[in-house]
Amino acid sequence: MNLIAPESLVFWTTIIFVVFFFILKKVAWKPILTAVKNREDSINNALAAAEEARKEMANLKADNERILNEARAERDAMLKEAREMKDNMINEAKEQAQTEASKLIEQAQVAIQNEKNAAIADLKGQVAEISLEIAEKVVKSELSDDKKQLELVNSLVKDVTLN
Amino acid sequence: MIIAKKSIKTFILSMLLSVSLVGSLFAQGHHGEESSHGHDQSSHHEEEAFNPSEFINDHIADAHEFHIADWGGHAISLPLPVILWTEKGLVTFMSSEFGHGAYRDKKASEFTRTDHHRKIVEKNGMKFELVNGNIYYADKVAEIHPEELKDLASAFDFNVRPLNFSLTKNAFSMILSVIFLYLIFAKVGRSYKKNKMAPKGIAGLMEPLVIFVRDDIAIPNIGAKKYAKFMPYLLTIFFFIWINNLIGLIPFFPFSSNLTGNLAFTFTLAFITFLITSFNGNKNYWGHIFAPPVPWPLWILMIPVEIIGMFTKPFALMIRLFANIAAGHIIILSLVALIFIFKTVFIAPVSGAFVIFMSFLELLVAALQAYVFTLLSALFIGQAVDDHH
Repeated sequence: MNLIAPESLVFWTTIIFVVFFFILKKVAWKPILTAVKNREDSINNALAAAEEARKEMANLKADNERILNEARAERDAMLKEAREMKDNMINEAKEQAQTEASKLIEQAQVAIQNEKNAAIADLKGQVAEISLEIAEKVVKSELSDDKKQLELVNSLVKDVTLN
Repeated sequence: MIIAKKSIKTFILSMLLSVSLVGSLFAQGHHGEESSHGHDQSSHHEEEAFNPSEFINDHIADAHEFHIADWGGHAISLPLPVILWTEKGLVTFMSSEFGHGAYRDKKASEFTRTDHHRKIVEKNGMKFELVNGNIYYADKVAEIHPEELKDLASAFDFNVRPLNFSLTKNAFSMILSVIFLYLIFAKVGRSYKKNKMAPKGIAGLMEPLVIFVRDDIAIPNIGAKKYAKFMPYLLTIFFFIWINNLIGLIPFFPFSSNLTGNLAFTFTLAFITFLITSFNGNKNYWGHIFAPPVPWPLWILMIPVEIIGMFTKPFALMIRLFANIAAGHIIILSLVALIFIFKTVFIAPVSGAFVIFMSFLELLVAALQAYVFTLLSALFIGQAVDDHH
């Protein structure tokens, strides 16, 4: 091993390396490391934000789902209620119609009865009148001559029992 | 069709690679011959024996000039400044002056193959001599055989050589790598200032690497609270080592240096990690070293162990990077050397194929060792700043 002027290389290496180190530190390592660090930070932040957004999205989705379910349940309830209401209304209407109908029928019956009664009464009056007229006419005809009058009186007198 | 194209490309590449290396070796052989021509009066013309270890050492060692190619027996090199702190103060000149210098007067039998490098330059009344690539005071090494100067102790013997702050081939290559990295990362940095959206172009290419260093090296080892302070250092060494590993794999000018496979370089980086670890060490770290959590009689044993441990960690960093990269270069060069050991060009395709294979492996190693160095630096820093335990 032939060492040629080792002190020279130690000397130059020291000087060159130290100068090189400080120059490179300034022009390269500092900017590179800072830039890389900043970029990593920003990437990490972006990733964290994305994760956050994803979670929020999931929450939102869950919320939506819940709201949708609620709405669906509400709709179902409303439908059910409506159906019940409809049934009720129909039933009520039916009942009412029934009562109304029976009432009308009753009234009609009453009216008919009344009319009937009136008619009967009227008829009775008319019959009486007609009978009276007939009787008048008959009596008139019966009493048209004296003989017949006498006969009648006789018959009447016959009927009358004097007591 | 695509596969066929690819394999043809690979083949051509391997051929080019082996041819260029063969060319440079032939030229070197020629060189050596020439130099012996000039001095060898008896002019024995026998072929010089090829010495692979010398060849490899030549290629993985640092140098004062940047050898580009050989042309017509002459080396074409980029001269680099030589900066010496001598007994008489600062001396500077271009490395090309060694090429014009005079040869030392020596008996021919004493010359080695590398002696064509042994030239003397005179400045400020002092003579400097290039021996085995190192610069010595010429008059102080006159009596020493070049091989003796190769041992580690004499590499640091500043009686025989001046303090040398030359801008060597490796330093040149390092400046190149730094400029290259600056151009890339300044552009990336600018693009981040302008573009707040997803990164585009080169920034998009570099960002995963930066994030890799942050998320797989810094944060797991230092902790999410404290890593930020050390990121610039970790990023810098990661890219700095990686790019220099890659530059070392490209086998032509202005690349081909063996910077990260150089002990002085890895020592400096490991030492910087050591300094950062020590200066950022908190109460727990120092407490662990100077008051280990063991019964106090054991401190006699434990404290020295812990203190040694402080140094072995960066030492391991230094050796690991150096050994891995140097080994890669040595293997590739050994494969090329096979051609000259067998003295046939027919081994070239085999060597070339293995060199290609090794180069791909070295591409992996280049990234891996940059990663390991950064990872272990982060680990040591993490241990030093750890709060609990």
